[in-house]
Amino acid sequence: MTANSTFAVFLAVLRRDLLIGLRHRSELFNPLVFFFIVVTMFVLALGPYADTLKQVAPAVIWVAALLASTLSLDMLFHSDLDDGSLEQFLLSPHPLIIIVTAKIIAHWLLTAAPLIVAALFLGLMVYLPQSAIVPLLLTLLLGTPVLSLVGAVLGALTVGLRGSGILLTLLILPLYIPVLIFSVATVDNAAKGLAITGELYFLGAMLVLSVTLAPFATASSLRVRFG
Amino acid sequence: MEIPETNQPARAMNSFSANALTCMRNDVVLFSGLDFRLEGGEILQIQGPNGSGKTSLLRMLCGLVLPDAGAILWNEKNIYDHRQYFFKEMSYIGHVNGIKMELTALENLTISGALAETNNSISLPDILEKMGLAEYENTPARKLSSGQRRRLALARLLITDTRLWILDEPLTALDDDGRQLMRDMISAHAAGNGITVLATHDPVDVQQHKITMINL
Repeated sequence: MTANSTFAVFLAVLRRDLLIGLRHRSELFNPLVFFFIVVTMFVLALGPYADTLKQVAPAVIWVAALLASTLSLDMLFHSDLDDGSLEQFLLSPHPLIIIVTAKIIAHWLLTAAPLIVAALFLGLMVYLPQSAIVPLLLTLLLGTPVLSLVGAVLGALTVGLRGSGILLTLLILPLYIPVLIFSVATVDNAAKGLAITGELYFLGAMLVLSVTLAPFATASSLRVRFG
Repeated sequence: MEIPETNQPARAMNSFSANALTCMRNDVVLFSGLDFRLEGGEILQIQGPNGSGKTSLLRMLCGLVLPDAGAILWNEKNIYDHRQYFFKEMSYIGHVNGIKMELTALENLTISGALAETNNSISLPDILEKMGLAEYENTPARKLSSGQRRRLALARLLITDTRLWILDEPLTALDDDGRQLMRDMISAHAAGNGITVLATHDPVDVQQHKITMINL
């Protein structure tokens, strides 16, 4: 008999979710396509006014990224509930928080990481100044994990409820406001040549806070919902 | 038919008991004052018409749902207070299979093995072979028939050496061979002093072991 270490469980769940995500291409690409389309809509709507576009560019990219990432949240626990794998997670002798953390990281890698790469190109499309491109990527790197972490808590609380998709979106978007405010302020300031460290520190603090608390909250939410 | 080698040499006797269990659903009492006590090597078969609360009872017994009243004890310890201690010794196969359609049979077993506390020395491909799924190792579960998916779910029982099996309609979708294989597995589990709780309408037919019946 061989005993499984907690780390082995973490890796196994991470690998499992990445495999499932990569074999489920449509769910992987839908948020990305959505992100592209929303930003493109703004570009088309504002048409020839490059100056206007330049001013709203950080807001457009970040709002589109927020909406795109809420799209995929529902799938974090939903399919596991439907096919009974969630029960197996809950009944594992290993800490649920480890399993949940692996799932959140896999979710971030599958949904947010491609978004960050896409944002690089979209930034150029909306006339974002060169000086603001790197700050935009930094805010996405710090901000999108917060979205996945906070989203997981609410995803766990609403999984299995009727109409959970729209309910989740309505509950989650207000919670994303702090991330939105500081991220857009960072990119705005960078475009104007101002200092951005303050805002980045705030984003970093939010990330640390959610990394610390969200996995616990997610695991507890699942326990509350299912025994 | 070869009997899977899940039975270990006899170990310290375990016990699994329920005291005055009550289950309510939508303000209707499905059952109340349910008592039983099982020791190593015993089998509990739960029967009852559809909607009588068989699945609710099983979900309660494995710790997924809190009983509305009463207590469930594993080795005289309340399972809700000693969750990890209980989960180490318990395997639950629900009426949904708990397998991922996107993953192959082997990948599904791998993740189940990782979630368990300890794994038997028997290799995962060998388990698939015992369950009659030898040729489907690398087939995505989506392409398996419903009987084969059920076999894959039941294969989880062979990964670890848990002492308590809780099975919800294990024989559903299985063919005659599969049913006999399942009976042999339950029989071997009982012979190794394991405890089995199952809900099924079919007779279990493992003569040499003590079978308790509960009719809901």
